[in-house]
Amino acid sequence: MSVAQVMNPIEPFLRMDRMPHIWCPGCGIGTTVNSFTRALIDSKVELDRVSIVSGIGCTGRVAGYLKLDSFHTTHGRAIPFATGLKLANPSLHVVVYSGDGDLFAIGGNHFIHAARRNVDLKVICVNNLIYAMTGGQTAPTTPEDAITSTAPYGVYEPSFNLPALAEAAGAAYVARWTTFHVRQLARSMSEIFNKKGFCFIEVLSPCPTLYQRRNKMGDGLEAMKFYKDHSKIRNGAPTSEVGLTREGEIVVGKFVDRDRPEYRDMMRHHLSEALGPRYQEACEAL
Amino acid sequence: MHADPQGVLTGVHFIDGDHACCEGALAAGARFAAGYPITPSTEVVERFASRIPTVGGTFIQMEDELAASITILGAVWGGAKAFTVTSGPGFSLMMEHIGYAAMTETPCVFVDVQRGGPSTGLPTLPAQADMMQARWGSHGDYEIIALCPNSPQECFDLMIQAFNFAEEYRTPVMFMMDEVVGHMTEKVVIPPAEQIEVTPRRLTTRTPAEYRPFEPDEDLVPAMAHAGHGYRFHMTGLTHDERGYPVMTAPAQDKLVRRLQGKIRNAADRLALFEEEATADADAVVISYGITSRVAQRAIDMARAEGLKIGKFRLKTVWPFPDAHIRRLARTARALIVPELNCGQIAREVERASGGAAPVTPVTHAGGAVHRPEQIFQAIQEALR
Repeated sequence: MSVAQVMNPIEPFLRMDRMPHIWCPGCGIGTTVNSFTRALIDSKVELDRVSIVSGIGCTGRVAGYLKLDSFHTTHGRAIPFATGLKLANPSLHVVVYSGDGDLFAIGGNHFIHAARRNVDLKVICVNNLIYAMTGGQTAPTTPEDAITSTAPYGVYEPSFNLPALAEAAGAAYVARWTTFHVRQLARSMSEIFNKKGFCFIEVLSPCPTLYQRRNKMGDGLEAMKFYKDHSKIRNGAPTSEVGLTREGEIVVGKFVDRDRPEYRDMMRHHLSEALGPRYQEACEAL
Repeated sequence: MHADPQGVLTGVHFIDGDHACCEGALAAGARFAAGYPITPSTEVVERFASRIPTVGGTFIQMEDELAASITILGAVWGGAKAFTVTSGPGFSLMMEHIGYAAMTETPCVFVDVQRGGPSTGLPTLPAQADMMQARWGSHGDYEIIALCPNSPQECFDLMIQAFNFAEEYRTPVMFMMDEVVGHMTEKVVIPPAEQIEVTPRRLTTRTPAEYRPFEPDEDLVPAMAHAGHGYRFHMTGLTHDERGYPVMTAPAQDKLVRRLQGKIRNAADRLALFEEEATADADAVVISYGITSRVAQRAIDMARAEGLKIGKFRLKTVWPFPDAHIRRLARTARALIVPELNCGQIAREVERASGGAAPVTPVTHAGGAVHRPEQIFQAIQEALR
C-alpha cells in the first residue's frame, strides 16, 4: 500500500469536504479533535446518537468539522441549547465543545446552572486563555500579567480557576489536560461517555498567533515544551489548588469523579412520587 | 393530522388568556417549554409546569430568558414541539434567538404578554408597544409571523394556529398577547381532539446520503431532520449553503436571506387572518388588534348609533402585514382610524400600506390602561367631519 492510499484514522469522523480548516498553524484545537475522535472509537459510543453543540469562536468551529449531528449555536448559549436537545431526546449523547470565552464569560451563567442541575451533558472547554477569533482580547481565563489586545499593559483582573468553578457548581466529573497530553485527554473524553451527569474537561491549548506571540512564548512547538516542562499530573488534586498562572505549574489530571443524582433522573423520581401512575402512564405514552 | 387527545382538555372552561394560551400550546402538540418568570406572562408556564407531567413532556425553568429562548430550540432539534413565554424585558433578551431560529429555520413559538415599557416600565399593566420589536427586534433582514389574540378563546385558537404556521414555514412565530387579554377570564370552549387540525413537522423522507438540510421544497421551505436519526447534519447561525455549511460570500448571503424572506412573503395571503365587518360601504374603518379591538367595538357601536357608517377590520395576523387588504380598505373608505396601546406603531404600517389613498388617524395611548371608548369615538367623529 502506498502512502497516498493510507487514510488518516480520524478522517471518517470529519467533514472532509470542509477541509482545510480555519485554525492557525500551531493551534491546539485540532489536536483536541484528534483525541476526541480517538475517544469516539474507544468508548464504542453509537455515532448516530452523538450530537456536538458549539458556541462561537475558534473552538466553536469544531461542530462544523465533525461528521456527526452538529449544532453551531449563538455565543455562550451552547449549554442551554444542549440542555433542550438532551431533555427532548434523552437517548442522545450531547457533547458541548467550545472555548473558554464562550463558556465562561458570556456563557458563564449557563455553565454554573447546568452543573448545578447536573444535566447529563459532556462539556469540553478548549482553553487558549484568550479570545482568539476576534483578535486576542482578554478572557476570564487570561492569567494576570499576560498581554492581550485589550490589556496592552498586562491583565490585572484575577482569572477563573475552571475546575474549582465546575466542582463548586456541581459537576460530576472534572478533569484538566493540555494538548501535550493527547492520550490522557482521549482517555478522559472516552470516560465521560460512560459517566452520567454533568462532565467537564478543560484542555489547555496554545494560541501561537494571539497569545504566545504577544507574550513572547514562541510557536506551537514551544508551547508543547512549556506544557511538558510545567505540567504535573496530580489526579484527585483539590481543585482549589489548580489555579493557573502565567508561568507557573499546570496541575493536570482527573480531579473529580463523583456520583450525584442526574437532572432527568431526579425529575422522573420526584414526579413519580408526586403524581404516581398518572405520571408513569404519560411517560410510557411517550 | 388531528391533535393528540392527551394534550386536549376538551370542554367548556372559565379561564384567563394566559391559561388558555397554555391549553392552546398543549392542544397544538407542544410537549416542551422553557421559561423564566416575568409578569404578566408567568401563568402560562405555571400552568404548563402543572399540566405537562401527566400529558407527557418537559418543562424547565431556566436561569434567564437568553437560556430559555435557546433551550426550546435545542428541544425542537431533539424532536419536540416547543415554546417559551415572556413579557417586554424578557422579550428584549430573547431577540438573539428569534434571529437564530429564523436563520436556522427552527419551528417554535415565542409568546409575549405585552406590558408597558420601555425597560421595566409597567410590569402589571397593559401595552401593545412590542409590535415593532416583534417584527424587527433581532438584527439582520428576516421576515416573521406574528399573531394577536383579543380574547381567552382566541388565545387558545390562535395558539394552535401559531404552532401550525411555525411548522409549515419552519419559522419562529410571535404570539403577541397583552396584559389584559392575558388576565381577563372568559368562557373558553376546547373542542374534541379530532376537531383540531395540527400541522406535523416537515421531516425529510430522503436517506441520509441524499439529504441536504437546507435545500428548499417548492414553497422555499426545506424539510427537517432531527438529531439522532443518522443524518449527521450540520446547522449554524452563520450564512450557509444547502448543505448547512458556512459560506462567507455575498452571493450565498443574498440567496439565503432572500429565500428566508420569500418563504413568508410568498405566503402572505394564506397567513393573513382577520375579522372584517361592514367595510364595503363604510365611511370610516377602524383598524385594531388585541385588547384594543374590544374597546374599539364600543366606539364603533357609539358611532353607528349616531348614524355614521363605520367598518371594522381586526388584525389577527399582524406580521406579515396584510398590505393588500389595507390598500383595499383605503380605496373605499374616507378615513382609517387606528387605535392601539402605543404611540403609532401599526398606524404607521397602515399609512404605508394605504399609500395615501385614505387619511390615517392614529389613536395613540402610551399604555398602562386601555383606551376610553369615547376617545376612539371622538377620533372617528373628527375624521369624518
